[in-house]
Amino acid sequence: MSEAFVVDHVVEYPGGYTRSVGPVLGRFLTALRDGRLLAVRGRDGRVIVPPQEYDPTTSEPIGDSVADFVEVGPAGRVDTWSWVEAPKPGKHPLQRPFAFALIRLDGADTALLHAVDCGTPDGIEMGVRVAPRWRAERVGAITDIECFTVLADGEQPVPAPPRTNLTDDGTDEGDVTGMIASIRLEYRIPAGEATRRYLNGLARGKIIGGRAPSSQEVYAASRGTDPKTGEPTSIEVEIADTGCVTTFCIVNIPGLSELAPEIPYVSAQILLDGADNMQFGLIRGCDVDEVHMGMRVRAKWAEELKPDHRSILWWEPTGEPDAPYEHYKDNL
Amino acid sequence: MREVAVVSFAASGVAKETEHNEVEIIVPVLRDAIAGSGLEKTEIDFVCSGSLDYLFGGPFAFVAGVDAVGAVPPIRESHVEMDAAWALYEAWCYIQTGDVDSALIFGFSKGSLGDVYEILTMQTDPYSLLPLWPSAIHMAGLQARAYLESSGRTERDLCEVAARSRVNAQQTQYAVRAGDTTADALLAQPKTADPLRASDVFAVADGAAAVVIAAGDVARRVCPRPAWIRGLEHRIEAHQLGLRDLTRSESTEAAATAAGVRAGEDKVDVAELHVQFSHEELILADALGIAGPDSATVVNPSGGPLAGNCLMAAGLERFGEAARRIWAGDADRAVAHATSGPCLQHNMVAVLEGD
Repeated sequence: MSEAFVVDHVVEYPGGYTRSVGPVLGRFLTALRDGRLLAVRGRDGRVIVPPQEYDPTTSEPIGDSVADFVEVGPAGRVDTWSWVEAPKPGKHPLQRPFAFALIRLDGADTALLHAVDCGTPDGIEMGVRVAPRWRAERVGAITDIECFTVLADGEQPVPAPPRTNLTDDGTDEGDVTGMIASIRLEYRIPAGEATRRYLNGLARGKIIGGRAPSSQEVYAASRGTDPKTGEPTSIEVEIADTGCVTTFCIVNIPGLSELAPEIPYVSAQILLDGADNMQFGLIRGCDVDEVHMGMRVRAKWAEELKPDHRSILWWEPTGEPDAPYEHYKDNL
Repeated sequence: MREVAVVSFAASGVAKETEHNEVEIIVPVLRDAIAGSGLEKTEIDFVCSGSLDYLFGGPFAFVAGVDAVGAVPPIRESHVEMDAAWALYEAWCYIQTGDVDSALIFGFSKGSLGDVYEILTMQTDPYSLLPLWPSAIHMAGLQARAYLESSGRTERDLCEVAARSRVNAQQTQYAVRAGDTTADALLAQPKTADPLRASDVFAVADGAAAVVIAAGDVARRVCPRPAWIRGLEHRIEAHQLGLRDLTRSESTEAAATAAGVRAGEDKVDVAELHVQFSHEELILADALGIAGPDSATVVNPSGGPLAGNCLMAAGLERFGEAARRIWAGDADRAVAHATSGPCLQHNMVAVLEGD
């Protein structure tokens, strides 16, 4: 299949995804910023790290008071580990091969997951003692520990260095109450059969839809089935590039569409002549105040046609009399 | 309790589906599952699906799945953002209410669109785990090593599981990693995520699976030997890996006991287990009490998800594969297992029986 029908797609939250951490994790993260590791006591006295808001066995709330918290580590023993041969840039804590390990910090009854910088798989084993390598620039996040390192016999953990990113007056910002999660996932999405037919049509200046043998209803930009029956839209049907506006909204938010650099503009649902479903498009070529339900419109094609939905730039009024309400009442 | 049986099953799978979108993948699978059920589509009272929007990379992607069903006149429909085995659980509960007598359940995904092992990290705790991005493989490796150390099993045992999966998968049309191999051949391969080899990690499959279940008289009418669901339970453990005993599956043990797997002296002829990493088969077999050389239970005769893991469908496939053995008379009592979450966090155990 031609690359034209495969799109790169990214799921990302610009600037990160902002979360409130709550009081229990807030204490844990504030302590990390201070260069310390805090655990919470469960109802049975079990020392749990990272701290949980509810007892893992009884589900009762824990961590209500500062007395429930206890400092653990900073050193600990490796319970188990697995090897990361090819770290992912922007995601993994280290950019050279490393181990993920469950680390039982001194004084804790549970294990914390983190990275161990040990060079090769031969540099780590179950039971080995490790200690955190702290960042100097700490923000109140699990990544304030860059990674753990293996301790030699008798070697003591290195305390966290003084924090280098204090506020201008040399203090902390107060307790950690939130965090920003950076998330990015990448995809390569092929169009599929029905969408490919539609895109091929756009490259020829035509709108291609489909219908199922059992029905007369025609679907433009179909996903491959008649959604009423679930039958494949196996019959190709050419649809006019004219239609009428069914419903619309006036957009006053800048930056949503590359085809409408200026606000306000109109985005609309358009019932194409010869189709039974609606197509989404922008309305231009008239004042936004003039756009109305039933208004007849025609596709404004790009000068250079491609198998891409941007081959139709927007829709413009034809000046024909409005479509009667009966024509589109079932498509609202 | 109303008697409910699995009466039909269909599945598809390829390593990378480039010709069809999700809807186009689902359509033939639903057609085959409905045709095999002996019910008309209009006779099926309820539809429930399982999928994961992160696998497609768009919100509400699951809604498109309904386009493959046909929703006019309006149908009773629901969805879980989980493996479709949990959609089956929802449908089973709905049938128990007496409001419906039959249900079509399906799951689908195209894992090839992104890095599924990394996408699965999105289900981890966003405060202490996600910022470190341990992939599903790295988390599985932690459990594998803990299990090998505590049980005295070896990497060879993992390779035995992986080799048997491949050999068995030769008879499964929707498997994507099948062929003749041996544990020795796999053991000779390098470790890709120590302690795991590539053969210990599930192969991604794009596809769909569908099952039809029906209550008592309906099931008897359409199916000569229905696969009766005689036990159906699921249990969950703590999310944080460091809070759990990774060397066993306590939630599987609890679900199995509740479902009746260990309650009596009854044998289990076949177990179809949702094994995504080799060591999980060993842990699950321990938890179900079907491990060991003396066990009469055939485990994953289909090859299981190791040989082709269509995420969000693979757990439902276990019900279909277990039921198939009962319809054919090869088994009288089978276990279907499904899992969700990192390192076997959440487990479902079903007992299927022929009359």
